[in-house]
Amino acid sequence: MNNLSAAQAAYLAARKRHRRIVTAARILLLVLFLFIWEAAAQYGLIDSFIFSSPSRIVRTFRDMCADGSLFLHAGVTLLETIISFLLVVILGTACAVLLWLFRKLSEILEPYLVILNSLPKSALAPLLIVWLGANVRTIIVAGMSVAIFGTILNLYASFREADPDKLKLIATLGGSRMDTLWKVVLPSNIPMLISISKVNIGLSLVGVVIGEFIGARQGLGYLIIYGSQVFKLDWVIMSIVLLCIIAMALYSLISTIEKHSRKWL
Amino acid sequence: MDPLLTLQNICYSYHTPDGETLALENISFTVDEGEFIAIVGPSGCGKSTLLNLICGLMKPQSGEIALHGEPVTHTRPEIGYMLQKDHLFEWRTVYRNILLGLEIQHKCTPENIARADALLETYGLASFKNSRPSQLSGGMRQRAALIRTLVLDPNLLLLDEPFSALDYQTRLSVCDDIGIIIKKEKKTAVLVTHDLSEAISTADRVIVLSKRPGKIRSIIPIKLDIEDRTPFRSRNAPNFKDYFNLIWKELNCHE
Repeated sequence: MNNLSAAQAAYLAARKRHRRIVTAARILLLVLFLFIWEAAAQYGLIDSFIFSSPSRIVRTFRDMCADGSLFLHAGVTLLETIISFLLVVILGTACAVLLWLFRKLSEILEPYLVILNSLPKSALAPLLIVWLGANVRTIIVAGMSVAIFGTILNLYASFREADPDKLKLIATLGGSRMDTLWKVVLPSNIPMLISISKVNIGLSLVGVVIGEFIGARQGLGYLIIYGSQVFKLDWVIMSIVLLCIIAMALYSLISTIEKHSRKWL
Repeated sequence: MDPLLTLQNICYSYHTPDGETLALENISFTVDEGEFIAIVGPSGCGKSTLLNLICGLMKPQSGEIALHGEPVTHTRPEIGYMLQKDHLFEWRTVYRNILLGLEIQHKCTPENIARADALLETYGLASFKNSRPSQLSGGMRQRAALIRTLVLDPNLLLLDEPFSALDYQTRLSVCDDIGIIIKKEKKTAVLVTHDLSEAISTADRVIVLSKRPGKIRSIIPIKLDIEDRTPFRSRNAPNFKDYFNLIWKELNCHE
Protein backbone atom coordinates (compact mmCIF):
# COMPACT_ATOMS: atom_id res chain seq x y z
CA MET A 1 0.00 0.00 0.00
CA ASN A 2 2.97 2.36 0.49
CA ASN A 3 4.07 2.33 -3.15
CA LEU A 4 1.16 4.40 -4.47
CA SER A 5 1.90 6.39 -7.58
CA ALA A 6 1.70 10.17 -7.24
CA ALA A 7 -1.41 10.31 -9.43
CA GLN A 8 -3.17 7.64 -7.36
CA ALA A 9 -2.26 9.43 -4.12
CA ALA A 10 -3.57 12.70 -5.54
CA TYR A 11 -6.79 10.99 -6.59
CA LEU A 12 -7.30 9.47 -3.13
CA ALA A 13 -6.56 12.80 -1.46
CA ALA A 14 -9.07 14.57 -3.70
CA ARG A 15 -11.70 11.98 -2.82
CA LYS A 16 -11.04 12.35 0.87
CA ARG A 17 -11.19 16.15 0.63
CA HIS A 18 -14.50 15.96 -1.24
CA ARG A 19 -16.02 13.75 1.45
CA ARG A 20 -14.76 16.00 4.23
CA ILE A 21 -16.23 19.10 2.61
CA VAL A 22 -19.62 17.42 2.25
CA THR A 23 -19.66 16.23 5.87
CA ALA A 24 -18.49 19.59 7.20
CA ALA A 25 -21.10 21.45 5.14
CA ARG A 26 -23.86 19.17 6.43
CA ILE A 27 -22.93 19.80 10.05
CA LEU A 28 -22.47 23.51 9.43
CA LEU A 29 -25.92 23.78 7.85
CA LEU A 30 -27.55 22.24 10.93
CA VAL A 31 -25.57 24.38 13.36
CA LEU A 32 -26.33 27.51 11.37
CA PHE A 33 -30.03 26.70 11.25
CA LEU A 34 -30.18 26.09 15.02
CA PHE A 35 -28.16 29.23 15.69
CA ILE A 36 -30.35 31.48 13.55
CA TRP A 37 -33.49 29.95 15.05
CA GLU A 38 -32.21 30.51 18.61
CA ALA A 39 -30.99 34.04 17.87
CA ALA A 40 -34.23 35.03 16.16
CA ALA A 41 -36.17 33.80 19.18
CA GLN A 42 -33.84 35.55 21.66
CA TYR A 43 -34.04 38.90 19.87
CA GLY A 44 -37.78 38.70 19.35
CA LEU A 45 -37.67 38.41 15.55
CA ILE A 46 -40.00 35.40 15.87
CA ASP A 47 -42.48 34.65 18.62
CA SER A 48 -40.91 31.77 20.52
CA PHE A 49 -44.33 30.93 21.98
CA ILE A 50 -45.43 29.87 18.48
CA PHE A 51 -42.13 28.94 16.84
CA SER A 52 -40.40 27.58 19.94
CA SER A 53 -36.60 27.62 19.96
CA PRO A 54 -33.77 25.10 20.31
CA SER A 55 -33.22 25.99 23.94
CA ARG A 56 -36.95 25.65 24.75
CA ILE A 57 -37.00 22.29 22.98
CA VAL A 58 -34.02 21.08 25.01
CA ARG A 59 -35.69 22.27 28.20
CA THR A 60 -38.95 20.52 27.33
CA PHE A 61 -36.98 17.40 26.46
CA ARG A 62 -35.21 17.47 29.81
CA ASP A 63 -38.43 18.02 31.78
CA MET A 64 -40.24 15.22 29.99
CA CYS A 65 -37.30 12.88 30.43
CA ALA A 66 -37.36 13.67 34.12
CA ASP A 67 -41.03 12.77 34.58
CA GLY A 68 -40.73 9.79 32.20
CA SER A 69 -43.61 10.83 29.95
CA LEU A 70 -41.25 11.22 26.97
CA PHE A 71 -40.19 7.57 27.11
CA LEU A 72 -43.82 6.50 27.25
CA HIS A 73 -44.87 8.53 24.19
CA ALA A 74 -41.80 7.81 22.06
CA GLY A 75 -41.78 4.15 23.14
CA VAL A 76 -45.43 3.64 22.24
CA THR A 77 -44.96 5.18 18.79
CA LEU A 78 -41.80 3.16 18.16
CA LEU A 79 -43.39 -0.10 19.27
CA GLU A 80 -46.53 0.45 17.18
CA THR A 81 -44.39 1.31 14.15
CA ILE A 82 -42.22 -1.79 14.49
CA ILE A 83 -45.22 -4.10 14.98
CA SER A 84 -47.07 -2.70 11.98
CA PHE A 85 -43.89 -2.83 9.89
CA LEU A 86 -43.29 -6.50 10.74
CA LEU A 87 -46.92 -7.36 10.01
CA VAL A 88 -46.64 -5.56 6.66
CA VAL A 89 -43.54 -7.56 5.74
CA ILE A 90 -45.10 -10.90 6.71
CA LEU A 91 -48.61 -10.30 5.32
CA GLY A 92 -47.34 -8.46 2.23
CA THR A 93 -44.99 -11.31 1.34
CA ALA A 94 -47.69 -13.91 1.98
CA CYS A 95 -50.17 -12.07 -0.27
CA ALA A 96 -47.57 -11.59 -3.02
CA VAL A 97 -46.82 -15.34 -2.88
CA LEU A 98 -50.54 -16.16 -3.17
CA LEU A 99 -50.90 -13.82 -6.15
CA TRP A 100 -47.85 -15.42 -7.77
CA LEU A 101 -49.19 -18.93 -7.18
CA PHE A 102 -52.63 -18.11 -8.57
CA ARG A 103 -52.20 -16.14 -11.79
CA LYS A 104 -55.96 -15.78 -12.37
CA LEU A 105 -56.55 -14.45 -8.86
CA SER A 106 -53.88 -11.82 -9.34
CA GLU A 107 -55.34 -10.69 -12.64
CA ILE A 108 -58.79 -10.41 -11.07
CA LEU A 109 -57.56 -8.47 -8.02
CA GLU A 110 -55.04 -6.21 -9.73
CA PRO A 111 -57.27 -3.15 -10.41
CA TYR A 112 -58.58 -3.21 -6.83
CA LEU A 113 -55.07 -3.37 -5.40
CA VAL A 114 -54.04 -0.44 -7.58
CA ILE A 115 -57.00 1.62 -6.35
CA LEU A 116 -56.35 0.73 -2.72
CA ASN A 117 -52.69 1.56 -3.15
CA SER A 118 -53.34 5.03 -4.57
CA LEU A 119 -56.10 5.85 -2.06
CA PRO A 120 -54.91 8.40 0.54
CA LYS A 121 -54.85 6.16 3.59
CA SER A 122 -55.49 9.06 5.99
CA ALA A 123 -59.04 8.99 4.65
CA LEU A 124 -59.46 5.53 6.17
CA ALA A 125 -58.29 6.47 9.68
CA PRO A 126 -61.60 7.87 11.00
CA LEU A 127 -63.37 4.79 9.68
CA LEU A 128 -60.90 2.48 11.39
CA ILE A 129 -61.53 4.25 14.71
CA VAL A 130 -65.27 3.67 14.38
CA TRP A 131 -64.87 0.06 13.32
CA LEU A 132 -62.08 -1.08 15.60
CA GLY A 133 -62.30 1.41 18.47
CA ALA A 134 -59.76 3.90 19.79
CA ASN A 135 -57.02 1.48 20.77
CA VAL A 136 -53.55 0.24 19.88
CA ARG A 137 -54.96 -2.29 17.42
CA THR A 138 -56.49 0.50 15.32
CA ILE A 139 -53.23 2.41 15.24
CA ILE A 140 -51.28 -0.66 14.13
CA VAL A 141 -53.85 -1.28 11.39
CA ALA A 142 -53.56 2.38 10.33
CA GLY A 143 -49.78 1.97 10.17
CA MET A 144 -50.15 -1.16 8.06
CA SER A 145 -52.73 0.35 5.74
CA VAL A 146 -50.25 2.89 4.41
CA ALA A 147 -47.60 0.33 3.46
CA ILE A 148 -49.30 -2.98 2.74
CA PHE A 149 -50.77 -2.44 -0.73
CA GLY A 150 -47.58 -0.98 -2.18
CA THR A 151 -45.65 -3.89 -0.70
CA ILE A 152 -47.92 -6.48 -2.28
CA LEU A 153 -47.87 -4.78 -5.69
CA ASN A 154 -44.13 -4.15 -5.80
CA LEU A 155 -43.17 -7.55 -4.48
CA TYR A 156 -45.55 -9.36 -6.83
CA ALA A 157 -44.23 -7.38 -9.81
CA SER A 158 -40.72 -8.34 -8.79
CA PHE A 159 -41.72 -12.02 -8.35
CA ARG A 160 -43.01 -12.03 -11.90
CA GLU A 161 -39.74 -10.68 -13.23
CA ALA A 162 -37.85 -13.78 -12.07
CA ASP A 163 -35.59 -14.94 -14.91
CA PRO A 164 -37.68 -17.27 -17.14
CA ASP A 165 -34.58 -19.36 -17.87
CA LYS A 166 -34.09 -19.99 -14.15
CA LEU A 167 -37.72 -21.12 -13.97
CA LYS A 168 -37.05 -23.36 -16.96
CA LEU A 169 -34.01 -24.81 -15.21
CA ILE A 170 -36.18 -25.85 -12.27
CA ALA A 171 -38.71 -27.36 -14.68
CA THR A 172 -36.02 -29.36 -16.51
CA LEU A 173 -34.85 -30.71 -13.15
CA GLY A 174 -38.40 -31.94 -12.62
CA GLY A 175 -39.36 -29.25 -10.09
CA SER A 176 -42.88 -28.12 -9.27
CA ARG A 177 -44.17 -24.57 -8.88
CA MET A 178 -43.47 -24.76 -5.15
CA ASP A 179 -39.85 -25.72 -5.92
CA THR A 180 -39.65 -22.67 -8.17
CA LEU A 181 -41.02 -20.53 -5.36
CA TRP A 182 -38.66 -21.79 -2.67
CA LYS A 183 -35.53 -22.24 -4.77
CA VAL A 184 -35.69 -19.28 -7.17
CA VAL A 185 -38.42 -16.71 -6.59
CA LEU A 186 -38.08 -16.15 -2.84
CA PRO A 187 -34.28 -16.28 -2.51
CA SER A 188 -33.75 -14.06 -5.54
CA ASN A 189 -36.15 -11.47 -4.11
CA ILE A 190 -34.57 -11.00 -0.70
CA PRO A 191 -32.68 -7.86 -1.83
CA MET A 192 -35.96 -6.51 -3.24
CA LEU A 193 -37.77 -7.25 0.02
CA ILE A 194 -35.13 -5.34 1.96
CA SER A 195 -35.27 -2.35 -0.34
CA ILE A 196 -39.09 -2.28 -0.07
CA SER A 197 -38.65 -2.49 3.70
CA LYS A 198 -36.57 0.68 3.67
CA VAL A 199 -39.57 2.55 2.28
CA ASN A 200 -42.07 0.64 4.42
CA ILE A 201 -40.57 1.47 7.78
CA GLY A 202 -41.10 5.17 7.01
CA LEU A 203 -44.60 4.59 5.67
CA SER A 204 -45.56 2.60 8.77
CA LEU A 205 -44.42 5.52 10.91
CA VAL A 206 -46.60 7.89 8.85
CA GLY A 207 -49.63 5.60 9.30
CA VAL A 208 -49.04 5.20 13.03
CA VAL A 209 -48.81 8.98 13.55
CA ILE A 210 -52.03 9.48 11.54
CA GLY A 211 -53.68 6.86 13.73
CA GLU A 212 -52.42 8.52 16.91
CA PHE A 213 -53.73 11.89 15.75
CA ILE A 214 -57.30 10.72 16.05
CA GLY A 215 -57.46 7.68 18.22
CA ALA A 216 -54.81 7.63 20.94
CA ARG A 217 -54.06 8.73 24.47
CA GLN A 218 -50.34 8.01 24.10
CA GLY A 219 -47.66 8.38 21.47
CA LEU A 220 -45.91 11.22 19.68
CA GLY A 221 -48.85 11.73 17.30
CA TYR A 222 -51.12 12.20 20.31
CA LEU A 223 -48.60 14.59 21.86
CA ILE A 224 -48.55 16.69 18.68
CA ILE A 225 -52.34 16.99 18.49
CA TYR A 226 -52.75 17.55 22.22
CA GLY A 227 -49.91 20.08 22.31
CA SER A 228 -51.42 22.08 19.45
CA GLN A 229 -54.83 22.11 21.16
CA VAL A 230 -53.50 23.42 24.46
CA PHE A 231 -51.00 25.69 22.68
CA LYS A 232 -47.92 23.92 24.05
CA LEU A 233 -46.04 24.24 20.79
CA ASP A 234 -42.76 23.25 22.45
CA TRP A 235 -44.29 19.77 22.79
CA VAL A 236 -45.36 19.75 19.18
CA ILE A 237 -42.02 20.78 17.76
CA MET A 238 -40.05 18.54 20.08
CA SER A 239 -42.24 15.61 19.00
CA ILE A 240 -41.55 16.42 15.36
CA VAL A 241 -37.82 16.47 16.05
CA LEU A 242 -38.13 13.11 17.82
CA LEU A 243 -40.06 11.69 14.85
CA CYS A 244 -37.21 12.79 12.59
CA ILE A 245 -34.73 10.98 14.81
CA ILE A 246 -36.87 7.82 15.01
CA ALA A 247 -37.36 7.76 11.23
CA MET A 248 -33.63 8.13 10.68
CA ALA A 249 -32.76 5.47 13.24
CA LEU A 250 -35.22 2.94 11.76
CA TYR A 251 -33.98 3.62 8.24
CA SER A 252 -30.35 3.14 9.21
CA LEU A 253 -31.29 -0.07 11.04
CA ILE A 254 -32.66 -1.52 7.79
CA SER A 255 -29.64 -0.23 5.88
CA THR A 256 -27.38 -2.08 8.29
CA ILE A 257 -29.39 -5.27 7.81
CA GLU A 258 -29.09 -4.74 4.06
CA LYS A 259 -25.31 -4.43 4.25
CA HIS A 260 -25.02 -7.59 6.32
CA SER A 261 -27.41 -9.55 4.12
CA ARG A 262 -25.18 -8.82 1.11
CA LYS A 263 -22.45 -10.69 2.89
CA TRP A 264 -24.55 -13.80 3.49
CA LEU A 265 -26.20 -13.85 0.09
CA MET B 1 -30.33 -52.45 -30.70
CA ASP B 2 -33.38 -50.26 -30.26
CA PRO B 3 -32.72 -46.54 -30.50
CA LEU B 4 -32.68 -44.55 -27.25
CA LEU B 5 -34.80 -41.74 -28.60
CA THR B 6 -37.32 -41.79 -31.42
CA LEU B 7 -39.11 -38.79 -32.93
CA GLN B 8 -41.91 -39.50 -35.36
CA ASN B 9 -43.62 -36.87 -37.53
CA ILE B 10 -43.37 -34.12 -34.93
CA CYS B 11 -45.30 -30.92 -35.70
CA TYR B 12 -45.52 -27.90 -33.44
CA SER B 13 -47.15 -24.46 -33.76
CA TYR B 14 -47.02 -21.38 -31.59
CA HIS B 15 -50.28 -19.63 -30.83
CA THR B 16 -50.65 -15.88 -30.30
CA PRO B 17 -53.76 -13.68 -30.51
CA ASP B 18 -52.56 -12.66 -33.99
CA GLY B 19 -52.54 -16.21 -35.25
CA GLU B 20 -50.69 -19.43 -35.49
CA THR B 21 -47.05 -19.94 -36.51
CA LEU B 22 -45.90 -23.34 -37.63
CA ALA B 23 -42.50 -23.85 -36.01
CA LEU B 24 -41.71 -27.49 -36.73
CA GLU B 25 -43.05 -29.69 -39.49
CA ASN B 26 -42.79 -33.44 -39.79
CA ILE B 27 -39.61 -34.01 -37.83
CA SER B 28 -38.53 -37.64 -37.59
CA PHE B 29 -35.20 -39.06 -36.46
CA THR B 30 -33.71 -41.49 -34.00
CA VAL B 31 -30.78 -41.27 -31.61
CA ASP B 32 -28.83 -44.37 -30.60
CA GLU B 33 -27.37 -45.02 -27.18
CA GLY B 34 -24.02 -43.23 -26.80
CA GLU B 35 -24.45 -41.13 -29.92
CA PHE B 36 -23.71 -37.41 -30.10
CA ILE B 37 -26.18 -35.58 -32.35
CA ALA B 38 -25.90 -31.93 -33.33
CA ILE B 39 -28.84 -29.99 -34.71
CA VAL B 40 -28.02 -26.91 -36.78
CA GLY B 41 -30.24 -24.46 -38.57
CA PRO B 42 -30.86 -20.76 -39.13
CA SER B 43 -32.08 -18.77 -36.12
CA GLY B 44 -35.80 -19.11 -35.53
CA CYS B 45 -36.00 -22.53 -37.17
CA GLY B 46 -37.34 -24.13 -34.00
CA LYS B 47 -34.14 -25.78 -32.74
CA SER B 48 -34.78 -24.88 -29.12
CA THR B 49 -38.45 -25.77 -29.47
CA LEU B 50 -37.37 -29.23 -30.54
CA LEU B 51 -35.34 -29.67 -27.35
CA ASN B 52 -38.23 -28.45 -25.21
CA LEU B 53 -40.43 -31.08 -26.87
CA ILE B 54 -37.90 -33.90 -26.36
CA CYS B 55 -37.49 -32.86 -22.75
CA GLY B 56 -41.24 -32.97 -22.17
CA LEU B 57 -41.56 -29.30 -21.22
CA MET B 58 -43.97 -28.84 -24.15
CA LYS B 59 -46.23 -31.26 -25.95
CA PRO B 60 -46.08 -31.73 -29.73
CA GLN B 61 -49.20 -30.87 -31.68
CA SER B 62 -48.94 -34.18 -33.49
CA GLY B 63 -46.42 -36.96 -33.72
CA GLU B 64 -44.75 -38.98 -31.05
CA ILE B 65 -41.56 -38.79 -29.02
CA ALA B 66 -40.39 -41.94 -27.27
CA LEU B 67 -37.50 -42.65 -24.93
CA HIS B 68 -36.66 -46.36 -24.73
CA GLY B 69 -39.92 -46.91 -26.58
CA GLU B 70 -41.97 -45.14 -23.90
CA PRO B 71 -43.73 -41.91 -24.92
CA VAL B 72 -42.39 -38.72 -23.26
CA THR B 73 -45.32 -36.83 -21.77
CA HIS B 74 -43.68 -34.87 -18.96
CA THR B 75 -40.17 -34.06 -17.75
CA ARG B 76 -38.27 -37.19 -16.75
CA PRO B 77 -35.18 -37.66 -14.64
CA GLU B 78 -33.53 -39.71 -17.42
CA ILE B 79 -33.27 -36.57 -19.51
CA GLY B 80 -30.81 -33.85 -18.51
CA TYR B 81 -31.00 -30.36 -19.97
CA MET B 82 -28.24 -27.79 -20.24
CA LEU B 83 -29.26 -24.23 -20.97
CA GLN B 84 -27.47 -21.43 -22.79
CA LYS B 85 -26.28 -19.84 -19.60
CA ASP B 86 -25.14 -21.77 -16.54
CA HIS B 87 -27.81 -20.22 -14.27
CA LEU B 88 -25.88 -21.06 -11.14
CA PHE B 89 -27.66 -19.39 -8.24
CA GLU B 90 -25.55 -16.71 -6.62
CA TRP B 91 -27.31 -17.25 -3.28
CA ARG B 92 -26.01 -20.82 -3.11
CA THR B 93 -22.47 -22.15 -2.93
CA VAL B 94 -21.15 -24.11 -5.91
CA TYR B 95 -21.76 -27.34 -3.98
CA ARG B 96 -25.36 -26.46 -3.12
CA ASN B 97 -25.93 -25.45 -6.75
CA ILE B 98 -24.78 -28.87 -7.88
CA LEU B 99 -27.13 -30.57 -5.42
CA LEU B 100 -30.12 -28.50 -6.66
CA GLY B 101 -31.53 -31.27 -8.86
CA LEU B 102 -31.14 -33.92 -6.14
CA GLU B 103 -32.91 -31.62 -3.68
CA ILE B 104 -35.80 -31.08 -6.06
CA GLN B 105 -36.16 -34.77 -6.84
CA HIS B 106 -35.74 -35.68 -3.15
CA LYS B 107 -32.77 -37.89 -3.96
CA CYS B 108 -30.17 -36.60 -1.52
CA THR B 109 -29.13 -40.16 -0.65
CA PRO B 110 -25.59 -40.90 0.54
CA GLU B 111 -24.74 -42.61 -2.79
CA ASN B 112 -25.89 -39.61 -4.82
CA ILE B 113 -24.02 -37.17 -2.59
CA ALA B 114 -20.93 -39.35 -2.96
CA ARG B 115 -21.34 -39.22 -6.73
CA ALA B 116 -21.59 -35.43 -6.61
CA ASP B 117 -18.37 -35.30 -4.60
CA ALA B 118 -16.67 -37.68 -7.01
CA LEU B 119 -17.73 -35.62 -10.04
CA LEU B 120 -16.47 -32.43 -8.40
CA GLU B 121 -13.19 -34.16 -7.67
CA THR B 122 -12.80 -35.64 -11.17
CA TYR B 123 -13.56 -32.39 -12.94
CA GLY B 124 -11.41 -30.14 -10.79
CA LEU B 125 -14.05 -28.22 -8.87
CA ALA B 126 -13.56 -29.84 -5.45
CA SER B 127 -11.56 -26.91 -4.11
CA PHE B 128 -14.34 -24.52 -5.19
CA LYS B 129 -17.07 -26.44 -3.38
CA ASN B 130 -17.79 -23.66 -0.94
CA SER B 131 -17.16 -20.76 -3.32
CA ARG B 132 -19.85 -18.57 -4.79
CA PRO B 133 -20.51 -19.03 -8.53
CA SER B 134 -19.22 -15.49 -9.18
CA GLN B 135 -15.77 -16.61 -8.05
CA LEU B 136 -15.55 -19.17 -10.90
CA SER B 137 -14.40 -18.49 -14.45
CA GLY B 138 -16.88 -18.78 -17.32
CA GLY B 139 -15.57 -22.22 -18.25
CA MET B 140 -15.70 -23.53 -14.70
CA ARG B 141 -19.23 -22.24 -14.30
CA GLN B 142 -20.36 -24.14 -17.39
CA ARG B 143 -18.60 -27.23 -16.07
CA ALA B 144 -20.40 -26.83 -12.73
CA ALA B 145 -23.69 -26.56 -14.64
CA LEU B 146 -22.86 -29.82 -16.46
CA ILE B 147 -22.07 -31.55 -13.17
CA ARG B 148 -25.41 -30.30 -11.78
CA THR B 149 -27.03 -32.21 -14.67
CA LEU B 150 -24.76 -35.29 -14.48
CA VAL B 151 -25.39 -35.78 -10.76
CA LEU B 152 -28.91 -36.88 -11.68
CA ASP B 153 -27.36 -39.58 -13.89
CA PRO B 154 -29.43 -38.91 -17.02
CA ASN B 155 -29.34 -41.24 -20.05
CA LEU B 156 -29.84 -38.43 -22.49
CA LEU B 157 -28.34 -34.96 -22.35
CA LEU B 158 -29.94 -32.05 -24.19
CA LEU B 159 -27.61 -29.11 -24.80
CA ASP B 160 -29.23 -25.86 -25.89
CA GLU B 161 -26.37 -23.74 -27.29
CA PRO B 162 -24.51 -24.18 -24.01
CA PHE B 163 -21.41 -22.33 -25.25
CA SER B 164 -22.98 -19.36 -26.99
CA ALA B 165 -22.80 -17.07 -23.95
CA LEU B 166 -19.00 -17.50 -23.72
CA ASP B 167 -16.31 -15.54 -25.54
CA TYR B 168 -14.70 -17.31 -28.50
CA GLN B 169 -11.55 -18.55 -26.79
CA THR B 170 -13.34 -19.88 -23.71
CA ARG B 171 -15.93 -21.37 -25.98
CA LEU B 172 -13.43 -23.54 -27.84
CA SER B 173 -11.92 -24.90 -24.66
CA VAL B 174 -15.24 -25.36 -22.84
CA CYS B 175 -16.69 -27.14 -25.86
CA ASP B 176 -13.69 -29.48 -25.84
CA ASP B 177 -13.98 -29.93 -22.10
CA ILE B 178 -17.71 -30.70 -22.09
CA GLY B 179 -17.39 -32.92 -25.17
CA ILE B 180 -14.72 -35.03 -23.47
CA ILE B 181 -16.71 -35.26 -20.22
CA ILE B 182 -19.83 -36.42 -22.08
CA LYS B 183 -17.87 -39.11 -23.94
CA LYS B 184 -16.15 -40.20 -20.76
CA GLU B 185 -19.43 -40.51 -18.85
CA LYS B 186 -20.82 -42.43 -21.86
CA LYS B 187 -23.83 -40.18 -22.23
CA THR B 188 -26.02 -39.75 -25.26
CA ALA B 189 -26.30 -36.10 -26.25
CA VAL B 190 -28.34 -33.85 -28.52
CA LEU B 191 -26.66 -30.47 -29.06
CA VAL B 192 -28.45 -27.52 -30.62
CA THR B 193 -26.18 -24.87 -32.11
CA HIS B 194 -25.92 -22.32 -34.89
CA ASP B 195 -22.14 -22.75 -35.02
CA LEU B 196 -21.33 -25.21 -37.82
CA SER B 197 -17.75 -25.87 -36.67
CA GLU B 198 -18.99 -26.67 -33.21
CA ALA B 199 -21.53 -29.12 -34.62
CA ILE B 200 -19.00 -30.91 -36.85
CA SER B 201 -16.31 -31.05 -34.19
CA THR B 202 -18.55 -32.65 -31.56
CA ALA B 203 -21.17 -34.72 -33.35
CA ASP B 204 -21.43 -38.22 -34.76
CA ARG B 205 -24.31 -37.01 -36.91
CA VAL B 206 -25.44 -33.51 -37.82
CA ILE B 207 -29.12 -32.82 -38.47
CA VAL B 208 -29.67 -29.77 -40.70
CA LEU B 209 -32.98 -27.95 -40.27
CA SER B 210 -34.50 -25.56 -42.81
CA LYS B 211 -35.84 -22.07 -42.15
CA ARG B 212 -39.23 -21.74 -40.41
CA PRO B 213 -41.20 -23.91 -40.43
CA GLY B 214 -38.31 -26.19 -39.45
CA LYS B 215 -38.07 -29.35 -41.52
CA ILE B 216 -35.21 -31.81 -41.68
CA ARG B 217 -33.15 -30.89 -44.71
CA SER B 218 -30.59 -33.65 -44.27
CA ILE B 219 -28.89 -35.85 -41.72
CA ILE B 220 -25.13 -36.01 -42.24
CA PRO B 221 -22.97 -38.67 -40.53
CA ILE B 222 -19.58 -37.20 -39.58
CA LYS B 223 -16.57 -39.48 -40.04
CA LEU B 224 -13.41 -37.49 -39.45
CA ASP B 225 -10.02 -38.90 -40.49
CA ILE B 226 -8.39 -38.46 -37.14
CA GLU B 227 -7.32 -40.58 -34.20
CA ASP B 228 -8.43 -39.94 -30.59
CA ARG B 229 -11.14 -37.60 -31.65
CA THR B 230 -11.93 -34.72 -29.30
CA PRO B 231 -13.90 -31.63 -30.28
CA PHE B 232 -10.75 -29.52 -30.42
CA ARG B 233 -8.63 -31.99 -32.40
CA SER B 234 -11.51 -32.61 -34.80
CA ARG B 235 -11.04 -29.14 -36.15
CA ASN B 236 -7.68 -30.23 -37.58
CA ALA B 237 -9.10 -33.21 -39.45
CA PRO B 238 -8.33 -32.99 -43.18
CA ASN B 239 -11.97 -33.55 -44.17
CA PHE B 240 -13.36 -31.11 -41.56
CA LYS B 241 -13.72 -28.34 -44.15
CA ASP B 242 -15.47 -30.70 -46.59
CA TYR B 243 -18.19 -31.29 -44.00
CA PHE B 244 -18.29 -27.58 -43.30
CA ASN B 245 -18.85 -26.80 -46.98
CA LEU B 246 -21.42 -29.56 -47.33
CA ILE B 247 -23.49 -28.35 -44.38
CA TRP B 248 -23.05 -24.74 -45.44
CA LYS B 249 -24.47 -25.63 -48.84
CA GLU B 250 -27.33 -27.57 -47.26
CA LEU B 251 -28.24 -24.54 -45.14
CA ASN B 252 -28.10 -22.07 -47.99
CA CYS B 253 -29.60 -23.91 -50.96
CA HIS B 254 -33.18 -23.28 -52.16
CA GLU B 255 -33.25 -19.85 -50.46
